[in-house]
Amino acid sequence: MSRINEAVHEIHHLDAMASREGRINRIHPLSKLLVTVWYITFTMSFPVYEPGGIFGMILYPAVTMRAGGISAVRSIRKLKPVLLLVCAVGIANPFFDRAVLFRAGPLPVTGGMISMATLMLKGAFAVLASYLLILTTSMESICYALRLLHVPKIMVTMVLLIYRYVIVLLKEAERISQAYSMRAPDQKGIHYRAWGTLLGQLMLRSIDRAQTVYESMLLRGFDGSFRLSKKQKMDRRSAVYLAGWLGIVVLLRYVSVFKLAGSLLE
Amino acid sequence: MNKIEVNGLTFSYEKRASSSRKNVLSGLNFTAEDGESIGLIGANGAGKSTLLKLMVGLLTDYEGELRIGGIRAEKASLADIRKKTGYVFQDSDSQLFMSTVYEDVAFAPRNYGLSEEETRERTLRALESVHMEQMKDRHIYRLSGGEKKRASIASILSMEPEVILMDEPSAALDPKNRRSLIHVLNGLSGTKIIASHDLDFIYDTCERTILIADGRLAADGPTEEILRDQTLLEDNGLELPLSFSRTLE
Repeated sequence: MSRINEAVHEIHHLDAMASREGRINRIHPLSKLLVTVWYITFTMSFPVYEPGGIFGMILYPAVTMRAGGISAVRSIRKLKPVLLLVCAVGIANPFFDRAVLFRAGPLPVTGGMISMATLMLKGAFAVLASYLLILTTSMESICYALRLLHVPKIMVTMVLLIYRYVIVLLKEAERISQAYSMRAPDQKGIHYRAWGTLLGQLMLRSIDRAQTVYESMLLRGFDGSFRLSKKQKMDRRSAVYLAGWLGIVVLLRYVSVFKLAGSLLE
Repeated sequence: MNKIEVNGLTFSYEKRASSSRKNVLSGLNFTAEDGESIGLIGANGAGKSTLLKLMVGLLTDYEGELRIGGIRAEKASLADIRKKTGYVFQDSDSQLFMSTVYEDVAFAPRNYGLSEEETRERTLRALESVHMEQMKDRHIYRLSGGEKKRASIASILSMEPEVILMDEPSAALDPKNRRSLIHVLNGLSGTKIIASHDLDFIYDTCERTILIADGRLAADGPTEEILRDQTLLEDNGLELPLSFSRTLE
C-alpha cells in the first residue's frame, strides 16, 4: 500500500471509529471537546523541571483507550511521525542547561535532560488526547460542539471543508502516483524532474474535483454554512463525564499520584 | 403543464486563445411536460451536459428563454430553480461528500431548513425509493459503484424535486447494477431528463428522446422511432443501440 493510500485509509479508519456506538462515542461531543481542551491546558501547565507529576496525566488517555476499545499500540504507531516532531521540540535543552540536578548512579542528570523529558511527555500527551478526540468523535460532531462554543460559523465551515477536501486531494495524488509508477516500474519514488509537472497536474485536477464537489453542494441548497445534524442533548452521563474529568485533571495536576502512592506505601 | 420550456436557447463561451466565441448550443427549442421521461442523446461535445448545467444554473449568461416549473432561469431565481431541480452528476464520488449515506441524503433537506424529524422522514423515503434503507449508516467509501449511484439519486430525491436531471447515470455500472438503476428510475415520478451515450439505457428508461448535434436540435420524438433510425443516428455520430442492431441482423 502506498503512503498516500495509507493516509486515505487512515482518514476512513478515523471516520469509522468515530461513528461507532461505543461508550465514549455516545458522550456528548461538547463534553469530550471541553475535557480534551482542559486536559491539554493542564498538561501544558506543568513546570518543565517537575517531570514526576506529569506521569499521572497518562490516566486520561489510558482510560479513554480502555473504555473506547482503542489499541494503544496502533495509536502510537499512527502518531509516530507527529510524536517524533513533538519530541524534537526539547531536543536542544540538554545542550543549553547543563546544571546537574542529581545523579542517577554514576550518571549526572542535568536540568536540560529533565526539561527535555517533560516537554516530550507534554507534547506526546497533548497529541494523544487530540487523536483520541477525533477517534471517538466525528468531525461533524466536533464542529457541532465548536458551534455550541460560539466559534464563528465561517471557521467551523472551513474546518469541515478542509477535512473533506483533504480526501479529494489525497485521492487525486494517489491516482497520479499510481499512473506514474505503472509506467516507471523500476523507479523508486517519483523522479525529481517529474515533480513540477505532477504537482501542477495535482493542483489542476484537485481544483477541478473540488469545484464539482462544491457545485454538488450548491445544488443541494448549501449557502456557505453546514447545518450540523447531531443536535444531541447533554445527558446526565455526559455531564458526569465532563465534571468528573475536569476534577480528575485538576487533581492530577496538583497532586502527584506517584508521590502519593509512594507515601501511602511507606 | 410544461415543466421545462426551452425557446431559442443559445449558449457560447469565449475561447481563451482568441477573443472569438464558440457556440455550444444554438437556438434550441423544446418543452417537457410534467412526469415525462426524456432521453438526451448526442455525440461527445454535442452540448448535452451544457444543457443540463444551464437548467440548474451552473452555467448562466445564455440567450433565449429557459424556464423550469414556470420560473425563468436567471441569477436571481437560482435558489428557487434549484429547489425544484435535482441534478445527478456523472461522477458519484464528486456528488457524495458527507461521511455516511444518511448524512449525505439528509444534506439537502437540512439546508432547506426542514426540521430534524422531517429531514429524517424525507431521507428514509428517498433511501427506500432506491432500495438503500438498509445501508443508511454505511460509510460512502464502503459503497460499490452501483450503490454510490443509487445513493447519489437518493441525495437529490430527498429534495423532492419536480425535475430530475442525470448526466450519464449508467456510466461505469456493471449489467446487474445497470438493470437495478433502470428499475429505480422507472419507479420515480417527476420529469426526468437523462443525458447518456448508452442508447439501450435510454430505450429502457425514456419514452421520448431528444437528439442534439453540434448544439442544435437534430430530432425530437418517441424514443423507439429515433433509436431505430440508423441513418439519423449515424449522421449525428451515433450508432444503433445494441438491442436494435441485433434485431436487424
